[in-house]
Amino acid sequence: MKQIDTLVIGAGQAGLAMSHCLSERSVPHVLIERGDVANSWRHERWDSLRLLTPNWQSRLPDFAYRGADPDGFMTMPEVVSFLESYATHCAATVEARTTVTSVTQEGARYRVATDRGEWGCRNLILASGACNRPNLPAWAHELPGEITQISPLQYRSPELLPPGGVLVVGASASGVQIAAELRAAGRPVTLSAGHHVRMPRHYRARDIQWWLEHSGLLGMTTQEVDDLARARAVPSLQLVGNSRARFLDLNALQAQGVEIVGRLAAHRGGQVLFSGGLANAAALSDLKMNRALDEFDAWAARSGLPGLPLPERFAPTQVPARPRLSLDLPGAVSTIVWATGFRPDFSWLHLPVFDRKGRLAHDNGIVAPGLYVLGLPFLRTRKSALIDGVGADAMALADHLLHANGRKAA
Amino acid sequence: MTYADPKLVNNGVNTEALIGARGAFEQMPAAASFTFRSACDWIEGTYSRNVIGGFFGLGEEQKRRRTFSIESDHPAVFAAADRAPTPPEIVLAALASCLTGGLAAVAQHRGIQLRSARAIVEGDIDVQGILGMDPEIRNGFSAIRVTFEIDADATEAEIAALVAQSQKRSAVFDILTNPTLVEVSVA
Repeated sequence: MKQIDTLVIGAGQAGLAMSHCLSERSVPHVLIERGDVANSWRHERWDSLRLLTPNWQSRLPDFAYRGADPDGFMTMPEVVSFLESYATHCAATVEARTTVTSVTQEGARYRVATDRGEWGCRNLILASGACNRPNLPAWAHELPGEITQISPLQYRSPELLPPGGVLVVGASASGVQIAAELRAAGRPVTLSAGHHVRMPRHYRARDIQWWLEHSGLLGMTTQEVDDLARARAVPSLQLVGNSRARFLDLNALQAQGVEIVGRLAAHRGGQVLFSGGLANAAALSDLKMNRALDEFDAWAARSGLPGLPLPERFAPTQVPARPRLSLDLPGAVSTIVWATGFRPDFSWLHLPVFDRKGRLAHDNGIVAPGLYVLGLPFLRTRKSALIDGVGADAMALADHLLHANGRKAA
Repeated sequence: MTYADPKLVNNGVNTEALIGARGAFEQMPAAASFTFRSACDWIEGTYSRNVIGGFFGLGEEQKRRRTFSIESDHPAVFAAADRAPTPPEIVLAALASCLTGGLAAVAQHRGIQLRSARAIVEGDIDVQGILGMDPEIRNGFSAIRVTFEIDADATEAEIAALVAQSQKRSAVFDILTNPTLVEVSVA
């Protein structure tokens, strides 16, 4: 068994940022990566996807986008190349194509088994991502076998889906983008929308990420929110990495010919059933958007920013007066895309560190002595799961690690 | 968002107790499993009476100081004696009560004083369904509309948010908008 002070599981933006922070603090460490650097960005994203954050916001410790298009949005190959450059910049030691199979505790150390040997370490950083597994309803496997079921992790492009209509379940960033792309390719598309958050791509001549960042919303910490569990579960904004269209919301999708239905509630007697509460889900979404815009406007007024266009408010979301409540399966639909959110996969972590719902329990990224996690939604701040947010978290946890180890040694 | 001090607002809702209950259930989720029940006796024709008393919750059988009674019948146009509201009307009433109760609780939590609130509920039923005349017509409501009249110390947007949140957290709204497994057996 090889021994190392600190082991980092995952070589995406979180693992690489941590590697940089550990090197700066002279902490010996190795990154274990199941594939290559930026593996999820290489293999678990669809072809047309671009980052939801503009290039100027692609910032990591001691590294940032320096290209000619700060307001553009990276394609996936560009994200991969950005992170590869960062790995080179950090001189990170990455054990690529090595899959962790089990983590157990041995006294004050952790034992990490992989398909290429075992490691022992004093500190372990979980940086394996927040979106390893799609959230599917427990009954998804009971649906007729002739229905193709995929998640955004497997979806690539419309032509690779079997012919016919598609039911896209989930109206957050992935769901609305995939629904729009399938409809543009001529597919009949039904979009099942539960709770979602509508947001314009740009507002008062600035990108929405500029507003989120400068008004302080992205920097908000776990201490600054009333209900952390709820803040961690907020779905992604209805955005696409493209500044041409202002909205990719339910109105835009309906104008494109997508049929909007309520939250997918159940499967019964050869049908899937949708909630009749769609109008309220849309109303809640409009209210949330308007509250965010109110906050942006109030911040802009306080800050006395010159040259901003006047505030504006947008027409409410229109949903069908009588949305469809059921859909026969199989029938008009050959494929279901489950864009119902993701969760991390810690199935190999054999430690008593999970809450009653099976979620990794942590305090601002500190899981247990010597055990840390990075890159989860609202880990320490609202931007923790963003490329731009993981750096500050990595610095804070690296400081904690160094301090805790110093204390143990003394 | 900044709210007024909830303590200065009185909608008659003990939100502190409800927030305390949330904390307790977080520690002991099994205690949050409740079973409500009603016993309905047929009296005559379409006339029946429900008696509602105890329920299960907080891990044990809960008794009440008194029992309640809800009667139901059909109106004269259905050749009945019209001694009580129809069952679908009771469903509409349950929705209205659930939403107005929720409204008061959310308003209390947000420090909004309610002066008056009324929910007018309408449900559309094509009775060809229950009469078995057309299999394409469902038995139940094809649509339900709720219209609120609210007088409160709040802006239009705050009132819209109260109404939206009361739906989001309503048991009956959920029961009506989402399918529910119903098992009927003979004892």
